[in-house]
Amino acid sequence: MALPSDSVGLVTPETARFDSITLQSGARLGEFELVYETYGALNGARSNAVLICHALSGNHHAAGYHTERDKRPGWWDVCIGPGKPIDTNRFFVVSLNNLGGCDGSTGPRSTDAATGEPYGPTFPTVTVKDWVLAQTMLADELGINAFAAVVGGSLGGMQAMQWAIDFPERIRHALLIACASKLSAQNIAFNEIARQAILTDPDFRGGHYVKAGVNPNRGLMLARMLGHVTYLSDDSMGNKFGRELKSGDIGSGHGVEFQVESYLHHQGQVFARTFDANTYLLMTRALDYFDPARDYGDDLVRALSGARCRFLVVSFSTDWRFAPERSEEIVDALVAAGKDVVSARIEATQGHDSFLLNVPRYLNVLSTYLRGVAEECGQG
Amino acid sequence: MRTELRIIAELVPERAQVLDLGCGGGELLAHLMREKAVTGYGLDNDAEKIAASIRAGVNVIEHDLNDGLERFPDGSFDMVLMTDTLQAVRAPARLLVEMLRIGLECIVTFPNFGHWRCRAQLATRGRMPVARHLPHTWFETPNIHLCTVADFEALCQSLGVAIADGFVVDHAYRRRALVNRFPNLLGQTAFYRLTRGLE
Repeated sequence: MALPSDSVGLVTPETARFDSITLQSGARLGEFELVYETYGALNGARSNAVLICHALSGNHHAAGYHTERDKRPGWWDVCIGPGKPIDTNRFFVVSLNNLGGCDGSTGPRSTDAATGEPYGPTFPTVTVKDWVLAQTMLADELGINAFAAVVGGSLGGMQAMQWAIDFPERIRHALLIACASKLSAQNIAFNEIARQAILTDPDFRGGHYVKAGVNPNRGLMLARMLGHVTYLSDDSMGNKFGRELKSGDIGSGHGVEFQVESYLHHQGQVFARTFDANTYLLMTRALDYFDPARDYGDDLVRALSGARCRFLVVSFSTDWRFAPERSEEIVDALVAAGKDVVSARIEATQGHDSFLLNVPRYLNVLSTYLRGVAEECGQG
Repeated sequence: MRTELRIIAELVPERAQVLDLGCGGGELLAHLMREKAVTGYGLDNDAEKIAASIRAGVNVIEHDLNDGLERFPDGSFDMVLMTDTLQAVRAPARLLVEMLRIGLECIVTFPNFGHWRCRAQLATRGRMPVARHLPHTWFETPNIHLCTVADFEALCQSLGVAIADGFVVDHAYRRRALVNRFPNLLGQTAFYRLTRGLE
């Protein structure tokens, strides 16, 4: 199979090793690794680097293909590639698997040198702040002093916001997509149901499932099914599945009767096979804990007042997990802090998932904004 | 730049904090940022115009003026601008009050429906006027709240809004003395600088 011409093509993940990191909790993690991919070329001034921050279940493989037999490209291939919004003809794109992940970076499945066994549930708590710190260490390794842009959707957008606050001199543009400055109680509640599905699975074994040679498949599957429903909209599910019965007629009532059920089962099963339960717990906790205003007397304006970058804030009309109103809170705080900000509220039917999909106006806004960023770093 | 925008730009002080309602392609804000070093934000809800504003490098925020300005706190701007838009919003009076709540001053421009050409078309042909400053047919116009200079001043008075400065221009955007002697009859476009009245 020939790869599409607007793809970054075949890519190979790389690994960076670090001595240690002190986390926000005060815990110190010894030697650790981050796996990452890069697309495009760093220019002579090293000014055209763009960092991609992944969301809850994402990883470093954001664009292109690992082999010619891959059925699907990286998770954000719609946005990253030659001529695409994050244009690899202009930018040097860096995408990593965050600390605590399960796709190659050091995480709960890695071996703890102190015990010789997998970390499992003993892997230290990591926060968005910790991820950003680890990302600066990777930037140092790659010789990138400042990113032209740090880009992320959902939990990834939270990382971009944290970059603007913690490392104002190392970021020129922050692109916050389908994001929020903190989760609502409803959002935390969804995460807690997903966590309980995993924690109460008998195969979870207090998090030591790897040692026991089992996996909490049912818990992971339920967590994913719940999450997936909240990432879509009523309309998009209606359009995609309607009330279509699998067999075309009323059956026993206990099996998989509707198309939407079959879809969710499939999504859940794939997820259970590929994602680590401890990583899922850790990442949803990082999402819950995120609240940069907390360190500034719960004042988001003050939290953002030290930022020096420009911001692009994008939201989607049918996103009820990270509603447009949450993005507007960020925009209003940025205006009150006198920061440069552009915001767009995109009409889209696909809910929170819109940020991963081909929504023409969304891609157009990203392209237009990033064209300006490219011109600033001499890559126009 | 459009002459209308140049006239407004002259009324904006250096380094002001500016909010432009219905900022279009960001022409005015880009000019004010360049020439007057203002910190500016623009609001618009048209996808094409927002894209043009992004290209112009201005801070454009997608927002429908019909949703009001509640999201902005009292006194958050030195100056709130609204060019050729008042007549197209659903609740112009409420918006004016809101503009002066969030801004210390505001500048408003609108097409004068009292211009003699409008009056003549209505009087002689009995048809809704279509003129250079009002180019739309009645069934296609975005202008749902057209008013005359006299109407606008009466509204300001009833709202307790103080008119710090007000003038009209002719079809060539000239601020001629004769035209300003009979603004409601000869003025094509009206310009007002408004401040909060004494309560």
